Amino acid sequence: MKVWIIPLLAACIVSFQQDNDLAASMERGKEIYEDFCITCHQADGKGLPGAFPPLAESDYLLKKREASIRAVKYGQQGEIVVNDVTYNAIMTPLYLADDEVADVMNYILHSWGNDGGDIVTVEEVEKVKEAEEAKE
Amino acid sequence: MRLLARGTSLFLLMVGWLTSSCQQNGVFSTTQLDLQTETISTEFKNPWSFTILPDGRMLVTEKEGELFVLENGVKSEPVAGLPEIFVRGQGGLMDLELHPSYNENGWIYISYGSSSDGRQGNTTVMRAKLEGNTLTDQEVIFKAEPDSRKGQHWGGRMEFDNEGYLYISVGDRGARDENPQSLENHSGKIHRVHDDGSVPSDNPFVNVEGAIATIYSYGHRNPQGMALNPGSGEIWTHEHGPRGGDELNVIRAGNNYGWPVITYGINYNGTEITPLTDKEGMQQPVTYWVPSIAPCGMTFITGDIYPEWEGSIILGSLKYQYLHRCEMLGNKVIMQEKVLDGFGRMRTVRQGPDGYLYCSIEGKGIFKIIPVRS
Repeated sequence: MKVWIIPLLAACIVSFQQDNDLAASMERGKEIYEDFCITCHQADGKGLPGAFPPLAESDYLLKKREASIRAVKYGQQGEIVVNDVTYNAIMTPLYLADDEVADVMNYILHSWGNDGGDIVTVEEVEKVKEAEEAKE
Repeated sequence: MRLLARGTSLFLLMVGWLTSSCQQNGVFSTTQLDLQTETISTEFKNPWSFTILPDGRMLVTEKEGELFVLENGVKSEPVAGLPEIFVRGQGGLMDLELHPSYNENGWIYISYGSSSDGRQGNTTVMRAKLEGNTLTDQEVIFKAEPDSRKGQHWGGRMEFDNEGYLYISVGDRGARDENPQSLENHSGKIHRVHDDGSVPSDNPFVNVEGAIATIYSYGHRNPQGMALNPGSGEIWTHEHGPRGGDELNVIRAGNNYGWPVITYGINYNGTEITPLTDKEGMQQPVTYWVPSIAPCGMTFITGDIYPEWEGSIILGSLKYQYLHRCEMLGNKVIMQEKVLDGFGRMRTVRQGPDGYLYCSIEGKGIFKIIPVRS
């Protein structure tokens, strides 16, 4: 048996496991999305022109991962620019638990054609939370 | 006849859409009135509701679970003595209502989310008295069951009628197939209780086995506006539809308002909820809105400040950030227009003891609405 096959196999298993984790997280995230988010951001993630910014193909969501996690955790107020359009609607805090924030982030980062990169973990949400609480 | 009625309502809606107001130099014009706003306070994050005491002080709820007194525009420290409030999604500290005999008994009614396990909750009403900056004599008079982990549709509006009954709205809590059409839970209903929470003996379902005795009407989705029609003495509500199908309703004993068996709305993903918009035994709305305006807060205009609007309904639009005026002829909406277009996400609108309209706006604060007369 060739020695190199072992790390390769391990890498495959890890990657397969991550895909599974992501799919399960997205599944839970979808349920949260349909409860907390869909009213404004709509089922197709396109938001509402003039009022609520899109999540589908949103440069803000895909490039500002930390700010997006913060918005889901704490809400969002003030002007933000999404795909060159300025929005100024308030998103009030949703009071989601850290695991729920991770799940709904994974759902929106990987739906509607979005390629949102690595899975958002609870630890990542906790880091954003620590940074935010240190500010206060 | 139904088709005709529906056609008329759509036509009126279109006319209404055309008569939207515009703003110039801080003056908002409408068909009959020019209006200005005066800032009462900008020191609130999400002022879900407010009420004005006879002495002019204002009580304001922050949805995240704090209550404040606002006196001459100055915000107090958080009022002490609130119950533990369960904040999640659309739920938290919600509405305020004064007892009709507030001057004699001092009762203030407070609606909020409460939880028995810290994970799930439902709409609850406490009454209490305000002494200084502290609530006293707290009594929980209503608690909707069962608790739910869902974040949506808490209702939470309260209103007294002329006979002293208290009406409380509870949304369907995101379980449309389980709650609104069942009389065996509190969700998706308008409830009627005495001022101490006890059940009126003539409530419509008191003799129905298994039914929750406080239920006054059912088949509701998420009523976030409720007001006494001073002309007829009846309680009116509006409710959020799904995608489209927001409704304005007159609440009468035992009525079924149809959600989700009939609706003018569809699912958020564009699929059909039901093919039916009307059905025997289910009430048609006074009017409905497609697309949704996301109505919140509601009052009937009376008094000397806005005589042009006497009898009109004013309600807030969360979605399009304006106040919506429905001009009424009896129980018919004959004209609709936008007021304060783009001003903000309106949560609550009320007339104060001084007759002026006040509104609370998410992320913005509390404002007084003053007619400009030359």
